[in-house]
Amino acid sequence: MQSSKKENWGSLIGVVLAVMGSAIGLGNFIRFPGLAAKYEGGSFMIPYFFALIFLGIPIAWLEWTIGRYGGQKGFHSTPGIFRILWNNRISPYFGFFGLLVPVGIFMYYILIEAWCLYYAYLYLIGTFPLLQEGNAYIEFFRNFTGMNQDGIVFDSNHTPILFFILLCYLLNMWIIYRGLVKGIEMISKMGIPLLFLIAFIILGRVLTLGTPDPNYPERNLLNGLGFMWNPATSEKNFIESLMNAEMWLAAAGQIFFSLSVGFGVIITYASYLKKNDDVILSATTSAAGNTFAEVALGGLITIPAAFVFLGKEGISDSVFQLGFITLPHVFEKMPIGRLFGFLWFVLLFIAAVTSSISMLQPAIAFFEEGLKTNRKTSISLLSFITLIGSLFVVYFSKDLVALDNMDFWIGTFGIYVLATTQIIIGGWIFGVDQVFEEAHKGSLIKIPKIFKFVIKYISPAYLLIVFISWLYQKLPSYIQTLQTNTTARFTFFFVVLLSVFFILLIAQANRNWKKENQGV
Amino acid sequence: MTLGGWIIMFSSISLVSIFFGLTLYLVLTHKKSIEHLHSTLDEPPDIEE
Repeated sequence: MQSSKKENWGSLIGVVLAVMGSAIGLGNFIRFPGLAAKYEGGSFMIPYFFALIFLGIPIAWLEWTIGRYGGQKGFHSTPGIFRILWNNRISPYFGFFGLLVPVGIFMYYILIEAWCLYYAYLYLIGTFPLLQEGNAYIEFFRNFTGMNQDGIVFDSNHTPILFFILLCYLLNMWIIYRGLVKGIEMISKMGIPLLFLIAFIILGRVLTLGTPDPNYPERNLLNGLGFMWNPATSEKNFIESLMNAEMWLAAAGQIFFSLSVGFGVIITYASYLKKNDDVILSATTSAAGNTFAEVALGGLITIPAAFVFLGKEGISDSVFQLGFITLPHVFEKMPIGRLFGFLWFVLLFIAAVTSSISMLQPAIAFFEEGLKTNRKTSISLLSFITLIGSLFVVYFSKDLVALDNMDFWIGTFGIYVLATTQIIIGGWIFGVDQVFEEAHKGSLIKIPKIFKFVIKYISPAYLLIVFISWLYQKLPSYIQTLQTNTTARFTFFFVVLLSVFFILLIAQANRNWKKENQGV
Repeated sequence: MTLGGWIIMFSSISLVSIFFGLTLYLVLTHKKSIEHLHSTLDEPPDIEE
């Protein structure tokens, strides 16, 4: 690399916390408990840990290793790193999902981040709890997100959610502008410990709830924990639960998305490590921290609290339903619930910010190394692109179709494709032996040799099975939506347009790299 | 809460806590990470010429 300025992380704990921050999000505190409760939580943990060992951690080791290797050759973006791993003129194009996925997710994730901040603000000023009967929280959610009508969020009489979106947007850009160490690393070093502290405070409150309503003696903490953790129900015993193939797929999907592997972020973050920085320990610690937040905190807070106040009828496995409708209802019934509601949404906001800031760095790295722009120009260009995308999702708010379709095509389909490509290029083309040799440079702990076989055969096969099953389950309904829903078609067209844009940029970067004959 | 529920909850939470605690301890006491921390204080490491 001929760049005059070289960025590096300030400390190993800094990059570990940054990756942990990228991985810990709403999925840890809402999606995981909802899924676990749906599949008899106790049984769910078996396929969950299985997927962690044979899918999540091996892919994380691979991604960290190829990231650091690419960084040593002067590349920090997926297209550039793929070019180093596979010396072929088409290889950078396979990395285009490494730009599309994080940038595309940022466009709608910033909205969810703003929802969390808005809810925290409403608790702070005393608007929440609503203290109304019936479906008040559902109506509130539908109204402020603009689910009733496209474009209503831009109406001057609407709630100030647009202001909160812009606020989050500016906050993210400011953090990114400050750079890797003074921006991302500093925020992660403050945010992650604060997030754990708040989670422990809320956990302490949940574990002391007892039986809050004497009219419903069965709605008590022990039954709430049982609903989350019992491995069997009156309808299904433990073995029958374990035979559920759908549960195995759901657990693998949860591990995969929760660890943020195949997301385009870890590969970029790892590329800023120094030659002998420990990638095995860093990858393992990030995965462990994410799993701890999910199992030990998310698993003890969300479902037991919802069960104690609303019973099992009030529990849903939908992230938005559980996070923005059920839990505010729970905080309304909880003693000093306003304080805990505020803390809960601050926690979700921190989790969201530390994730969203990570989504911009891969594209910035690509602009800098492929198009030779400086950081300021890169951020300006990225701000413009993401603002268009975010405004698109904000405008097409009816039933959140645009958000849902973008999450499907970019946030799920794109991640599966990127992870599969990454594991094939890393494990097969670059070679698992070279990955192992590279991974152990500067490492304190050793990866057991059996994982060569796991990385080369088990993890890709596991990933492909989950991907194909997911396509089989979900693709037909989304194809049908494309035929019947105009917003879904617009969203798909927007995703295609964004993809073409990134492919053209990669073509230009490829020409620039060829001219300089960089790295190869 | 059944006995099976207690066993799975206790073992899952213990496992992830020990796993995280141990790896975090290794990162914090790792010689290289301490060296890095010193270098951060000495010079801004995000802009190296």
